[in-house]
Amino acid sequence: MAILGLAIKSFRNRKFTTGLTVLSIALSVILLLGIEKIRQGAEASFTSTISGTDLIVGARSSPVQLLLYSVFHIGNPTNNISRHSYEEINDHPQVEWAIPLSLGDSHKGYRVVGTTAKFYQHYRFARGQQLQLEQGQWFSSGYEAAIGAEVAAALGYNPGDQIIIAHGSGDESFITHKDKPFRIAGILKRTGTPVDRAVYVGLKSIDAIHQDFGGDAHGHDPLMAHHDHVGESGQGSLSAILLGLKSRGAALSMQRSINEDGHEPLTAIMPGVVLLEVWQMMGVVKQILMVVSGFVVVVGLFSMLIILMTSLNERRREMAILRSVGARPVHVFVLIMGESVFLTLLAIGLGFSMVYGLMVLLQPWLESAFGLYVPINWPNTTELILLMIIALCGFVVGLIPSIRIYRYSLADGMTIKV
Amino acid sequence: MPEETSVIEIADLRFAWKKEAQTVLKIASLQVNRGERVFLRGPSGSGKSTLLNLLAGVATPQSGMLKVLGQELNALGSAQRDHFRAHHIGFIFQMFNLIPYLSVVENVILPCQFSSKRKHKALAQVDSLEQEAIRLLDHLDMAHSDVLHKPVNELSVGQQQRIAAARALIGAPELVIADEPTSSLDADRCTAFIDLLFRECDNANATLIFVSHDNSLVAPFERTIEFHELNSAVSDNLPMLHAVS
Repeated sequence: MAILGLAIKSFRNRKFTTGLTVLSIALSVILLLGIEKIRQGAEASFTSTISGTDLIVGARSSPVQLLLYSVFHIGNPTNNISRHSYEEINDHPQVEWAIPLSLGDSHKGYRVVGTTAKFYQHYRFARGQQLQLEQGQWFSSGYEAAIGAEVAAALGYNPGDQIIIAHGSGDESFITHKDKPFRIAGILKRTGTPVDRAVYVGLKSIDAIHQDFGGDAHGHDPLMAHHDHVGESGQGSLSAILLGLKSRGAALSMQRSINEDGHEPLTAIMPGVVLLEVWQMMGVVKQILMVVSGFVVVVGLFSMLIILMTSLNERRREMAILRSVGARPVHVFVLIMGESVFLTLLAIGLGFSMVYGLMVLLQPWLESAFGLYVPINWPNTTELILLMIIALCGFVVGLIPSIRIYRYSLADGMTIKV
Repeated sequence: MPEETSVIEIADLRFAWKKEAQTVLKIASLQVNRGERVFLRGPSGSGKSTLLNLLAGVATPQSGMLKVLGQELNALGSAQRDHFRAHHIGFIFQMFNLIPYLSVVENVILPCQFSSKRKHKALAQVDSLEQEAIRLLDHLDMAHSDVLHKPVNELSVGQQQRIAAARALIGAPELVIADEPTSSLDADRCTAFIDLLFRECDNANATLIFVSHDNSLVAPFERTIEFHELNSAVSDNLPMLHAVS
């Protein structure tokens, strides 16, 4: 079609300004799609901060609180689980494995987690990924620790370094276990989860330092509550238990039986469900991001409108020439409209391919640095709707100068107005 | 199109931009015959452009008869009038005749993009529109490679006007209307341009309406129409519309 050819040639003639417009719209597309992609990635990584664990068990509390202290190391347990309950659960025929967790100590603001080798074996994050060691090895016995990647990076630790564990979770603690320094046995690979910000030590050594310590400090330390049962059968009480079941289908009935356990008031949660709940509480952040990128799209489209409108006056002459060779007013309309449609689609195409290009480039880095896995897959419905909204807005913006030039060409006829 | 001797036939024509507005054009009678070269003389603002817009079918008269090539333009819808113009009329304007983002050849073949009739006529003797464009440009001494490949806005005004002439002539339209085409040319080039225009109109068997206020150009034309005599509305009107042409 002759008019389409004209539109493309006129576009080529003004490549620089139109190129900039295309770029500004493309950038807004990148921002909008990028935020959506990262949001999806963030949601996926957040809701799979812990995976492979079917149930988390703690003392009776709210599910969110239990999740926050057991997985994210935020806040403190209000109460502990007795060793007896742990044994009971561990021996349950449905339980494949049970990881005991003891919280309550810290090292320079990083949480110290007392656990066993089972943690290293069974803990899974993201899409079922296993913990791996960057350097050294998982703690074996005695006063050894394995530290998360962020702890190592922030404090500059290497395997073999000695660290001192403080009682309580604050940054500054008056009660430290100076007499029992821990040797760093290994450093974990970055996971992008709270594991990076924790220090893992053997449950037995945690018990041991509190046992030795307990004699002197008892009565002065309100946080000692966690370790009240130290000494009973040689091992103290626990903060939480991570459970892997033989069949995932049993999770619901297991959860109920733990919640209704008569001996001790306990709470069992399915981590995936509670993670999603917490994520939804943060939904407003996503909305703010979307609004901001929506504004960027508006700015991009405005720049297109400005460029089309400013070129309109000089193009009136062109329109008179086209009219004289037989162009209809509707041709003139199509010429300008075609240009804005072409610009919009080009910008969307460019932005779209740049988003995917960036994802290919940045995916490994995002995953290693932030634990953010952004899957490269076909655009989902939300993304397609976003793109269609941008396209539609582009067309509406194009209508403004197109209608205007249509009116001009009716009024001017072939008279060239300069 | 039946063989008509008269290319333009006007009787009792009256035109105003709006119904209540003053009449800008009032022509009792005008007839231009096939093959004539008419010099239409009148100052700016006398309503010449309005007449040209009427002949082109861009505007329609309030009353009276307006026939071009035997076709009553009032009887056509706006789309048909646009097609009619594309098929039968070639235009040359005073200046800025060319589309800046098209090449010289693309500018020349532009009318063929809007008129299949002119396209067929243009292709009657050659294989491609480009060839026909270059043939016409060659007649106008414009087929040099340095001209053909230059961006059109880097060409001189004289060169641009000759390209515009080639565009008006491609596909042999029956009527060529030139609206002050020489006003931006110097005297020597004026005469040369008119000679070229005459020759090419002869070749294409086209009728030429040449609009100008420049008396020095009258000589070669076989017929001169004084616009102020033609338009009886102009005497009681201020020149307010279309002051440019």
